[in-house]
Amino acid sequence: MTDLALQQSVVAASPRSKTFAAVVVIAYALIATLPIVWIIMTSFKTQEDAIAYPPVVVFHPSMEGYVNLFTIRSRQTPEFIASLPPAETWYDRDVRKRNMVIAGPSKVLPRFVNSLVIGFGSTFLAVFLGTLAAYAFSRFKVPLADDLLFFILSTRMMPPIAVAIPIYLMYRTLGLADSYLGMIVLYTAVNVSLAVWLLKGFIDEIPREYEEAALVDGYTRLQAFVKVVLPQAITGIAATAIFCLIFAWNEYAFALLLTSGDAQTMPPFIPFIIGEGGQDWPAVAAATTLFVLPILIFTVVLRKHLLRGITFGAVRK
Amino acid sequence: MLANKPFPPEGLQTKAQTRAAARLRGLSDRTIAWLFILPTIVLLLAINIFPLIWALRLSFTNFKSNMPSVPARNVGIDNYTDILTDEDIWYAMQVTARFVFWSVGLEVLLGFGLALLINRQFRGHSFWTTLILLPMMLSPAVVGNFWTFLLQPQTGLFNDIVGFFTGIPPNSFQMIGDVPLAPWTIVMVDAWMWTPYVMLICLAGLRSIPDYIYEAAEVDRASPWRQFWSITLPMTLPFLMLAILFRGIENFKMFDMVNLLTSGGPGSVTETVSITLKRAAFEKWRTGYSSALAIILFVVVFGAANIYVKALNRVKQR
Repeated sequence: MTDLALQQSVVAASPRSKTFAAVVVIAYALIATLPIVWIIMTSFKTQEDAIAYPPVVVFHPSMEGYVNLFTIRSRQTPEFIASLPPAETWYDRDVRKRNMVIAGPSKVLPRFVNSLVIGFGSTFLAVFLGTLAAYAFSRFKVPLADDLLFFILSTRMMPPIAVAIPIYLMYRTLGLADSYLGMIVLYTAVNVSLAVWLLKGFIDEIPREYEEAALVDGYTRLQAFVKVVLPQAITGIAATAIFCLIFAWNEYAFALLLTSGDAQTMPPFIPFIIGEGGQDWPAVAAATTLFVLPILIFTVVLRKHLLRGITFGAVRK
Repeated sequence: MLANKPFPPEGLQTKAQTRAAARLRGLSDRTIAWLFILPTIVLLLAINIFPLIWALRLSFTNFKSNMPSVPARNVGIDNYTDILTDEDIWYAMQVTARFVFWSVGLEVLLGFGLALLINRQFRGHSFWTTLILLPMMLSPAVVGNFWTFLLQPQTGLFNDIVGFFTGIPPNSFQMIGDVPLAPWTIVMVDAWMWTPYVMLICLAGLRSIPDYIYEAAEVDRASPWRQFWSITLPMTLPFLMLAILFRGIENFKMFDMVNLLTSGGPGSVTETVSITLKRAAFEKWRTGYSSALAIILFVVVFGAANIYVKALNRVKQR
């Protein structure tokens, strides 16, 4: 790429057109990231600053949103608060300044744990099943392989709400409603299709010669798969796992309709974080920030594989 | 790790011999293939196909899942005729169609335009590209939720910025609450989120065009305009189709972002089919009726998915 630019080939853009492109793209990038930056800023505002009119850009950072997110508070008279022993922690002091005392932890931590358990559980299963199936589709002559692969992909395309009606009835009958197991199995089924397609692309790229050499060396097929193919596919497996994790982490429709408490994940929970008189925006913003931060980091890590991920492995570069 | 191992003398064996030897030593390839594929197929049959058949059966009954003790009566194809003659359903279809048309159209324009610009490879383009990609990785539900905050009249950032540039008082319009504006709001937020998706795929298409074609065009003194219409656009088209089809399918079944942003309102001007379906199934509890609607959506998406896979395979061959 740099060589090409140095040669000033006829196809390389002229410096002027490059400057124009840079200005437009950078302007778009700044506008597009502004909402995300604004939400992160809001998480460090007080309730008054968050809903100030006009919106404030410069403000004193406050941890109010984060404290509110993780605690349940009750309002008390100043006299009562004065009668209490001195506050021990910084968040106790923060809450008392607002004439409140902490009554206990909020539900956000269990919801976060639910998101983690269901996300990692379903990712592990989907990648495990997906690797096996992808290897088989990549290396063996499977009868009706194209039809099976289409069937696998088509299940992912189905509208979640339409699937949710019979799943809801099925889970109610089986007692799987609002349970880890139910959600993990469901997300595994949705993710396995992506895993099979993506991993098939990655495994297709590993030269068959490696395995054939291993077979000649006296390895069995299974040994060759475990000791030769898997180590070669590890980058692909990791990228696939991150895609599955992001899907499970972000999923809303199934979580909304099939969970209500024990197994509820973050996405249906965040919009219902309310304070005194309406939505507690700093707390919502704090939850959103904590929820979105891992995704932002993963996006940067995944940058090279992003294209594969969104085209089910069909487009590679 | 294998490279270090010395090859035994039979290293020149043919594939057939290798396979025969492997078969003797362990499971046959065929057994392994089925052992590896079957768990996935069984899982998908249990979680997708079995419920689908159940929904199909329910769609011919008047079952209500909030009253499971009331025996369901077979009503034949009444649910389907009800749906296809229901004005509300057709209105939701129209809302969805308009949403798909304008959002995908806007994403294609912006995404293709940005891809063309990024493809000029100015310094630092990969950093800015990564920044642009961020919105599409977020949870649509969380996106819908925080845009309600940005779009608050008075206190929201969006109205304030619009007011700053146009002089329109920020509290004089409500992006979510005003009937003429709400459909454009969901288009705008969807475009904010998914333009990067179209951009990334278009970028791959642009990069797949070999330089020598442009060099040849340059030799033939084809104008840049002519080069765009005769080379760039036709050669990116398969990729663009892929993006359009996928976004079309996704937005046709749009639920999460719109449900949290406008929840179908004001009135029902942003009520997409999926939201209608959710209301019929989980608020009115008309399970039989909503199963029929679900089956209709299935058929549409299944047909579209078929075309999408063909487009995928076409791009793959490049």
